[in-house]
Amino acid sequence: MFEKIILKNMDHPQSHTLEAYVESGGYKALATMLQKYSPDELIEQVKQANLRGRGGAGFPTGLKWSFVPKNAENPPYLCCNADEGEPGTFKDRAIMEKDPHMMVEGMIIAAYAIGARTAYIYIRGEYELCIERVEKALEEAQAKHFLGKNILGSDFSLDVYIHRGAGAYICGEETALLESIEGRRAQPKLKPPFPAIKGLYDSPTVINNVETFACLPHIIERGANWFRDIGPEGSPGPKLFCLSGQVNKPGLYEAPMGITMREFIEDFGGGACSGKIKAVIPGGVSAPMFPESELDTKLDFESLAAAGSMLGSAGVIVLDDSACVVEVITRITEFFNHESCGKCTPCREGLDWCAKILRRLEEGEGTHEDLEHLDTLCPTIFGNSFCALGVGASWAVQSALKHFRPEFVQHIEQGKCPFH
Amino acid sequence: MELSGELVGEIRQVADNYPNARSAIMPALYLAQAQYQYLETDVLRAVAVTLDVPEIWVFELATFYTMYHTEPVGKYHIQLCTNVSCLLGKAEHLKQYMEERLQIETGETTEDGKFTLSKVECIGSCDKAPAMMVNQDYYENLDQVFVEQILDRLMVQSSSDQET
Ligand SMILES: Cc1cc2nc3c(=O)[nH]c(=O)nc-3n(C[C@H](O)[C@H](O)[C@H](O)COP(=O)(O)O)c2cc1C
Ligand code: SF4
Repeated sequence: MFEKIILKNMDHPQSHTLEAYVESGGYKALATMLQKYSPDELIEQVKQANLRGRGGAGFPTGLKWSFVPKNAENPPYLCCNADEGEPGTFKDRAIMEKDPHMMVEGMIIAAYAIGARTAYIYIRGEYELCIERVEKALEEAQAKHFLGKNILGSDFSLDVYIHRGAGAYICGEETALLESIEGRRAQPKLKPPFPAIKGLYDSPTVINNVETFACLPHIIERGANWFRDIGPEGSPGPKLFCLSGQVNKPGLYEAPMGITMREFIEDFGGGACSGKIKAVIPGGVSAPMFPESELDTKLDFESLAAAGSMLGSAGVIVLDDSACVVEVITRITEFFNHESCGKCTPCREGLDWCAKILRRLEEGEGTHEDLEHLDTLCPTIFGNSFCALGVGASWAVQSALKHFRPEFVQHIEQGKCPFH
Repeated sequence: MELSGELVGEIRQVADNYPNARSAIMPALYLAQAQYQYLETDVLRAVAVTLDVPEIWVFELATFYTMYHTEPVGKYHIQLCTNVSCLLGKAEHLKQYMEERLQIETGETTEDGKFTLSKVECIGSCDKAPAMMVNQDYYENLDQVFVEQILDRLMVQSSSDQET
């Protein structure tokens, strides 16, 4: 077995308190960093570690930080993306509920690297306990001078505030998230300019995911090389995987990337409920699904991208042979249609159309022509959407059509859902 | 209408977290909603006055974000997740059961104003599916027996609330 890093404190009943966190070695990294590293050296360390963002896109964290201009006119901001809303994902919730200080320490480290003096944590509105725990963690950290003015006696100061979301999935998209903090409707903005150059209140802004922050104290404590040695070369470091669906032992697991989907589902999840896997969604519902025959694909950024999907939020959803793929993809499309922010036509209108066609097919009232419509509609949405919501939504439908076309045809020919 | 002095104080305080008043609209709406249960037009106007921002800035947020209620909701707002992992866990059956038990359709509120039943998107309980929230409380690993118990308890609770 390998050592748990991110989940190491989770079994401690008081793991969310500062006391427990410090007892487990917490906030040592912060002190070490202030003594040992300049911001530039810190960025170099994180680049060396090859930490890649855990929020969905896998962008190299050190590189992102290095885009922030030095001595910019407006001081930079740091934002924590805790809007976790990708169906099948619950890892950030666990970190915030059970070990919020790991994330907070990571944020302080990141703020030091980019020279931010103010940070916001954007937490989805439904996560009441997370908000409570993070609020408390911030208070505790402030009382011990890990936060606030002159952190641990240094000349580095940082204030952190929570901004509570209010039930819009699109706020997870980074530019929409910034719009939401600025008090606007959450609609994505054109990039460039990238947030690192012009973000929150027109200042340079770095946005990272909760789990990305949670990795940082460990990189400082144990070194970039240690981090790099875990998992495959292109996707190093400890990683959380959320396992759900028709699987015997659903749950939150930590594993090095590079494990195959099959190994993960069998070894950690105890296999599919019915004993027979039909399909697996590897990274939240935006990630194209795989049929059973492709389960030897590895769960890491590169392998999944090469296989035509993505690691995304690492929300692994298992469908066993009792599941109806048409029903699942219909529900996924209805989700995206509901969450479309309405800014661009391909997504706003296209997904609505898509969802209606799929619902018709699922109910056994679809036609072969409907299927052909989907074949042309999906690539249109895919290629013309303004942000990755429309792209991911149509990509997911395409994967279902590609791997499970006979199931769609069965619905048409039998005039009903063969699984219900 | 005017907001109470206490609420105005809370809104002013949260506004200090941001460099401009517009950013404080979302937290202000939460504060107002906690006080008034839902956000009717007059409340939205009063929030705009308190923050000294155009009314449209407040209206557009109250209508864009689903967690702000511009219509009354029941005392107990049941929010059942029906996204993929909960769907695979047969959340639809629970939805039907609750509709029959409460004698409303999803999206409606009982006549006595006690229960609103909504279906919602993923609430991050996928490993403990199916799951739902009642107001801010999570209920996970649901089955019909458990849902029955929850509803029973809430019904008792709500009738005793009425007596006091
Ligand atoms: C529609 C959409 C939803 C997203 N939701 C989230 C989310 O809930 N949490 C998150 O961290 N990133 C989310 N992302 C990715 C963010 O835009 C961004 O890439 C990420 O927060 C960057 O952090 P990282 O580099 O640490 O991964 C989403 C992206 C899109 C397009
Ligand atoms: S793709 Fe969808 S969510 Fe993204 S900007 Fe267009 S309408 Fe909004």
